[in-house]
Amino acid sequence: MPSWRVNDQKIPQGRLALVSYVFVTIVVLLMVGFWKLQVVQSGHFADLAERNRVRSIPIIAPRGPMIDREGRVLVDSYPSFSILLMRDDPKSLEKSLSQIEEGLGIDHGDLRQALDAAKSEPKFMPVIIKPAATQADIAFVESHRADIPVLELMMVQRRRYPHDSMLASAIGYVGEVSVQDMDQSDGHYRPGDLVGKAGLEREYNDQLEGTDGMRRVVVNSVGKVMRTLDNVEAIPGRPVQLTIDYDLQAIAETDMQGKEGAVVAMDARTGEVLAMVSRPTFDPNDFSVRVPKEEWQALNSNKQTPLLNRAIQAQLAPGSVFKIVMATAMLESKAVPENFTAYCPGSAVFYGRTFHCWRPQGHGTVGLHAAIVDSCDVFFYNVGKQLGIDKISFYASGLGFGRRTGIDLPGEEPGLVPSEEWVERVYHHKWYAGETISVSVGQGAVTVTPIQLARMAAAVASGGTLVQPHLLKSFPNPKVDHFVLSENTVEQVTQGLYGVVNEGGGTGYHLRLANIDLCGKSGTAQLMSYDAANRLGNKKMDGWFVGFAPRRNPEIVIAAIVQDTMEHGGEAAGPVVRDIVKAYYDKKTARSQQQATTDSPAGPNSTEPLVATVGVQH
Amino acid sequence: MKDRPRTQDFDWVLLAIVAAITTLGVLEIYSSTHASAMAGMQWKQLMWLGLGVAGMFIISRIDYHTLMDQAPVLYMIGLGTLLIVLAIGQSHFGAKRWVSLGGGPNFQVSELMKLIIIIVLARFFSEVRTDRLTLPDLAKVAVLTIVPVGLILMQPDLGTAMVLVPVAVVGAFLAGIEWKHLAIGFVLIALMIPLAWNMRKHLKPYQQQRIETFLHPEENPRSAGYQVLQSEIAVGSGGFWGKGFGKGSQNQLGFVPVRYSDFILAALAEEQGFIGVCVVLLLYLALVLRLVDNAQKAKDRAGMYIVMGVTAILGFHVVRIKCCFVLQHRRIACKI
Repeated sequence: MPSWRVNDQKIPQGRLALVSYVFVTIVVLLMVGFWKLQVVQSGHFADLAERNRVRSIPIIAPRGPMIDREGRVLVDSYPSFSILLMRDDPKSLEKSLSQIEEGLGIDHGDLRQALDAAKSEPKFMPVIIKPAATQADIAFVESHRADIPVLELMMVQRRRYPHDSMLASAIGYVGEVSVQDMDQSDGHYRPGDLVGKAGLEREYNDQLEGTDGMRRVVVNSVGKVMRTLDNVEAIPGRPVQLTIDYDLQAIAETDMQGKEGAVVAMDARTGEVLAMVSRPTFDPNDFSVRVPKEEWQALNSNKQTPLLNRAIQAQLAPGSVFKIVMATAMLESKAVPENFTAYCPGSAVFYGRTFHCWRPQGHGTVGLHAAIVDSCDVFFYNVGKQLGIDKISFYASGLGFGRRTGIDLPGEEPGLVPSEEWVERVYHHKWYAGETISVSVGQGAVTVTPIQLARMAAAVASGGTLVQPHLLKSFPNPKVDHFVLSENTVEQVTQGLYGVVNEGGGTGYHLRLANIDLCGKSGTAQLMSYDAANRLGNKKMDGWFVGFAPRRNPEIVIAAIVQDTMEHGGEAAGPVVRDIVKAYYDKKTARSQQQATTDSPAGPNSTEPLVATVGVQH
Repeated sequence: MKDRPRTQDFDWVLLAIVAAITTLGVLEIYSSTHASAMAGMQWKQLMWLGLGVAGMFIISRIDYHTLMDQAPVLYMIGLGTLLIVLAIGQSHFGAKRWVSLGGGPNFQVSELMKLIIIIVLARFFSEVRTDRLTLPDLAKVAVLTIVPVGLILMQPDLGTAMVLVPVAVVGAFLAGIEWKHLAIGFVLIALMIPLAWNMRKHLKPYQQQRIETFLHPEENPRSAGYQVLQSEIAVGSGGFWGKGFGKGSQNQLGFVPVRYSDFILAALAEEQGFIGVCVVLLLYLALVLRLVDNAQKAKDRAGMYIVMGVTAILGFHVVRIKCCFVLQHRRIACKI
């Protein structure tokens, strides 16, 4: 028998007992541990378990629509699906990638890039791989639920601009919230949220954006929804009614087709903007999904700056339209006698330099009225010389130049009214008297925006009331500035502006309209000096026309500019103004006729039986 | 010399305790999986239990001395299989530890090594004829243990490798290891921990990740630390009384991973609460105490070593699985 089989040793009872004590101690310690976990901290874990079980899925609130002053839809939203790629199961993700690329038509590189970009984010955050899914894409996801579980659909509300680029510069566009905005929002925005980035979309973002809802669902660990607990519906954004008149806007858009420039039409009494066009422009629908990088770069690097809203952001020389300011300054300041006349031979010499009149053959001897009607430069050179830059600057500022109008759009520019003080402050030299001569005809340092020009004309014709332009129909308390002008000044200047359109020889005579007191002033701003232009053979100009009707206390005022044109302002921009004014009055007439019919004693019902009743009565 | 037990010699109390534990296990497996793609798992478990019981009766007819006679052969067979696994074994989850048995279920050979090491060490300790374990003897025990441990580590399978260690420790303790040697051993192990920590860079990525996961589960709740964290939530949310059979949300909704095996305790803790956990822990305690009692009544030291070898492995499994939650909990408590 081997030695180990010899049974002569006692069992070590003591050590065996010690082993069992050790195990007892361990079990007791374990129980204490479980006590802490399950009894002391059970509330904390119950919380975590509850959150685990219930997943909150946001319901994106649709942005509010934008409608015109008569309730016609300018901007709305439509439901659409985004395709999400779940990343919490890397294995099945890798397996499905090539199938996804093929099924959804996504470029391999793009998909990789999207996944790489999200690498630092937690795994449970899905990536949007297709922001605007087509019917075919949705069908693909639905039919592959079982074999490609990593795809998920999310309903989103996408912005739709049914009239494409119409009013685009004013409406602006939406885009994914920027990192800075997200940080400043104090948790209000999440990555991927859409916010207004420009124009009205940005200005009225708070009103337009709704409150996202939440769907709470019970899910299992693979994210499969077992049942829905509750639904907090999204509160859609509120609609924004604009002062824009779709009909007038459409005409302005059509007239500016293919041109470069801007139009702004405004109710002269209230400041309500009726139409606003900037050309060239863009299609905001392009932004409502995700702008391809190349397209965005093209828009931004385009020399013609399609993203600029020229109606409020282009700061341009007003040209002869500035003569309205000059005439007002001359009459109001009384620094120049009312009956002042000047002889125009086609040019004049001031401070040793020759200044041309736009008409090389000259205007002969002209007074204020004729100088406005026929836009005589030499007359206003002389007026300017006698007024001096500071008086001109005072009236230009009083009529709203050099400061923002306060229109409810982001990014408005103030323009510039030069003065002695300004030159010394900015250029550190004395004002050159010769500059005053240029400024007198709206050249030189003075720059304005189309909206300022429209407001100025309205102010002069209404005795000095400057209203705050706005696009929101229910704009609260538009600011009204009073730069009181004397009756004589208003009468004389408006008579001149009436003559521009309604007197033979006026620069806008071709624009006259039957039964409508259209007044206005053309302006043609040289983009370079006469000499340089002649030398280079470049005759390109900025053509302005500012018009309003009726002559006193106008209802509608319009400023239009056609840039980079060979035509003078009256020819280039005048027809745009005329068409809008005509459409405005046509609508007004139609409305009053309709009102007359409905107001007749026959009753306010419908037109058809009304006629019959009238027939019976007579 | 025949020393085969008769039926009345079976420890029926021990069997009753085991039956209670396995019944709870089968029930909890049913509760965990009945509403999932793994429904019916409990039948599989019952089938294996049946096979286990049958195997138990068969092996009980064999005199353990006969097995111990063959200890060197068994040891060689064990090491040989481990080497074969390293050479040709199938790679599962990044580790070679399975041998495919021609169409049958895959067999994890390191499991076999657990039984072999019990027999081999029982034989070795029985050959020590004094009540005092000398240093050379201790060195031999260490070598006998470290060779299979090393081979299993090379698979690599840290978990199973570590299970062999308590068999040697408990055996050495009963064989009369000197207290000062025991103390030195513990000090050495304590010193090894920081060393092993620095060696972790040489571990397989999945093992590094497992360590990271264990230490920082909340950092990536959906991937690496997910299982531990979700299990902990399951355990903690069970509370004192539990959520009730089949009503644990973590368990039923599938947040508890491999809830039919490794994390079955998490499932039980969620549904049966602290009370349920205590019942299970006390059942295991009873099992271990009963085994120690059997060892105390053993006819010879050889029998005692075999019983205590089994006890060491069982106790280690119980402590390891359950400690997971408790240790985890400690760490979180410290942070807060």
